Amino acid sequence: MSEEKKGLKGATILLNALHQEGVDVIFGYPGGVLLPLYDALLDSPIRHVLARHEQGVVYAADGYSRVSGKVGVCLATSGPGATNVVTGIANAYSDSIPLVVLTGQVSTSSLGSDSFQEVDIIGITMPITKHSYLVKDPRDLPRIVKEAFYIARTGRPGPVLIDLPKDVLAKENVEPFPSDMKLKGYKVFGRDNNSKIEEVVKALSDCKKPVLYAGGGVVTAGAEGAIRQLAEKADLPVVTTLMGVGSLPFGHPNLLGMVGMHGTVTANYAVDDCDLLIAVGVRFDDRVTSGLGHRFATKAKVIHIDIDPVEISKVVKTNIQIVGDARKVLEEVLESLPDSTVPQVTEWWTRLRVWKKDHALSYDLNRLTPQMVIECLGELASENTIITTDVGQHQMWAAQYYPTTHPRNYATSCGLGAMGYGLPAAVGAQFARPDDLVVLITGDGSLQMSIQELGTIAQNKLPIKIILLNNGVLGMVRQWQKTFYEGRLSSIQLEGNPDFVKVAEAYGMLGINVDSPDQVRTAISQAINHPGPVLVNFTISPDEAVLPLVPPGKEITEMIVR
Amino acid sequence: MLHTLAVLVENHPGVLIRVAGLFARRGYNIDSLTVCQTEDPEVSRMTIVVNGDDQVIEQVRNQLSKLVVVHSVTDLTGESVVDRELALIRIEVSAETRSVVLQTVEVFRGRVVDMGRSNITVELTGDIAKIDAFVNAIRPYGLLELVRTGKIAILRSEV
Repeated sequence: MSEEKKGLKGATILLNALHQEGVDVIFGYPGGVLLPLYDALLDSPIRHVLARHEQGVVYAADGYSRVSGKVGVCLATSGPGATNVVTGIANAYSDSIPLVVLTGQVSTSSLGSDSFQEVDIIGITMPITKHSYLVKDPRDLPRIVKEAFYIARTGRPGPVLIDLPKDVLAKENVEPFPSDMKLKGYKVFGRDNNSKIEEVVKALSDCKKPVLYAGGGVVTAGAEGAIRQLAEKADLPVVTTLMGVGSLPFGHPNLLGMVGMHGTVTANYAVDDCDLLIAVGVRFDDRVTSGLGHRFATKAKVIHIDIDPVEISKVVKTNIQIVGDARKVLEEVLESLPDSTVPQVTEWWTRLRVWKKDHALSYDLNRLTPQMVIECLGELASENTIITTDVGQHQMWAAQYYPTTHPRNYATSCGLGAMGYGLPAAVGAQFARPDDLVVLITGDGSLQMSIQELGTIAQNKLPIKIILLNNGVLGMVRQWQKTFYEGRLSSIQLEGNPDFVKVAEAYGMLGINVDSPDQVRTAISQAINHPGPVLVNFTISPDEAVLPLVPPGKEITEMIVR
Repeated sequence: MLHTLAVLVENHPGVLIRVAGLFARRGYNIDSLTVCQTEDPEVSRMTIVVNGDDQVIEQVRNQLSKLVVVHSVTDLTGESVVDRELALIRIEVSAETRSVVLQTVEVFRGRVVDMGRSNITVELTGDIAKIDAFVNAIRPYGLLELVRTGKIAILRSEV
C-alpha cells in the first residue's frame, strides 16, 4: 500500500461497520449509485443475495429477522429502488421488526436537483421508520451504522433507514471518526415501578376468570417461556394475536387460540367474559377489538404490559400499566407469585371447556379443503419447520390450523397485511436458518405479487416448499363481497392465471398438482422429502370461507360461525 | 385545552419536520411554534402551543419523546411559568388618530420602532392576553400588518 493511501473507501468502511454488527447476509438489488458499494462487496465476507425486485429484498430481510431475532439488512438503489422498498418498510414498522434498510442516493452535490433516479426517500419514509440517516460525510459511517443497529433492535424494534449518496460511498482514502454513539435523545423504556408487580400478583389472586393475551411483544422479548410458565403455574387460559401465534405451543391445554376477527369462538367468548385480562406485548389492534376499544373486555380488570409507553391507554382503558420488556416483567411476576395466590379457576375452566367442545374448528373431510391441507402439513412437517404466509384467507387458515410450536417458526405480515410478503420472506428465512425446512403457505393472488422471486430460489438452490391454495379468486375479498355486499362480486376473478406447476417447472422446481383429498398426504410428503424446491398446487373451491368471522364494527361475541 | 410543550431537540436539519409531522399525522394544528438554539449550541428548544384534549396530547407527548432527535418533552401547562411573546404591529395613523394610537402604545408599554408618513410600527412584548388586548384596542384605527413570534416559556425557579 502506498504511503499516501492510509484510509479506506467509503463503501468499504460501510461494509466493515456492517460486518462489525454481525451482518452475514444482505438482500439487495444493484443500481447506478450503488456501483462503488457493489464493487466493494466483492472483497467483503458479507454474502449478497440478489432478489428479483426491491420489494423482495426488504421482505427477505424481514423474514430473516422474524425467524432469527436478528436485525435484517437490505439494500436498494436510489429512486425507483428506494420507492420499491417503501411497502416493506411500512410492513416492518407495523409489526415492529428490526431492519436496517440501506438505500443509494445521488451524490451530495446533486441532492435536491431532481437528478436521474433521485427521490427524497428520507421524507417519504419518515412516518414509517423508527429513525433515518442521510450520510453526508463518509467518516460518520461507523457511528451511524452502530446507532442504526442499536435503534433498530432495542426498545420497540423497527426499521431504520440509511440513505447513502454515491460520492459518500465512492470517496477514497477516508479515515473514519470513532464509532461512539451519540444518542442523547434515544430512550429505551424500562420498568421502574416495583409496586406494580405486587398489584399484578394481587389481581391474579383475586380473579376468578383470568385470560392471558399474548402478542408480538412476547416474541420480541423472547418471553414465550415465561408465558408458558405463568400459564401453567396459575392455570391461565391463553389467547394470542396473529403476531403472537406460537407464544404457547399449539395443542397446549391452556391455549384457547387466536382472538379477534378470525379468532376461535372460545377465545373471543373468554376475552369478553373474563374478569382479569393480562395483555402482554399487544396493542389492542382493531382486528382484535373490532375497533371497539371501549367495548372490549368490559367486565375485566385490564393489565397492560408493553415496552412502548405510547401503546398504554391508546385504545383500551387499562387498570394496571407496566412499561417494560415482556420477559423481564413476566419473570418478576413469576418470582413474586407464591403458590398460594394461584387463582381459583376451576369453574372458569369448566365453562371454557364446554365452549371449546361446542365450538371446535371443523371442516368437511369429503372434499379437498385448505384446512385439510394445512393440518396434514402440520402432521408431516417436523417441529422446527418455518412457515411463512402471504395475506388473505390462506393466512387465516394457516394461523388457525397449523400447529406452530414456537413464535419464531412463523412469519406473516400482520399489521400491514401486505400481499406478496410470503415468498421473499421464505427466502430470507431459509438464509437465516439454512438447516430448517421452510414452507410457504400462499394463495394464487398473493403468490403472483412476488412470483418473480422464484428466480431467487432457483439461483440459490433453496429447498423451499410452496403450498399453493389455489381457488382462482381473491378469496378474502370475495368472501366479504358475498357476506357484506349481497354477493355482488367485483374484480375478484383471477382469469388468466398461469399453470402454476408449469411455472414452477420453468424455474427448475418440482411441481405437483393436487385436486382430490386422497392425494394430499402423498403430495405433501413427496414435497417435504424432495431435496430441492417444490410447488404443490392445491385446487380448492372459491367458496371455502374463513370462519369464525367477526363482522367489522361488531363486538367480538357477534361472530359468524357458519 | 391549550397545551404548551417545551421540547429540547437536536440542532440538526430535518428535526423540525419530524416533530411537526407527528402533529400533522394526528390531525392537530399547531397554534404556535418557536424554535432556536439554547445555551448548548447542539440543542434547540421548541415551544409548541397546541389545542387538544388531555389524553391525546399525552399520546403526542409520548410519541415526541420516542423520536431519536428529541431529548426531552415537558408539558408546561398548569405549571408556574414566565411566558412571553413578541409582536411587531403596523398601524395606520392619520393626523386625527396619531395621538390616541401613541397613547395606546404607551399604556401597553410598547415601543415605536419605525414611523412612516401614514403608519407606525410598534414592538410589543408580553403574554398572549396582553398582545391580544393591544391588537383589539388599536384595530379600529387600522391594523395593517401583524407579526407574532408565538409564545416562549420558561419555568419559574423555586424561591
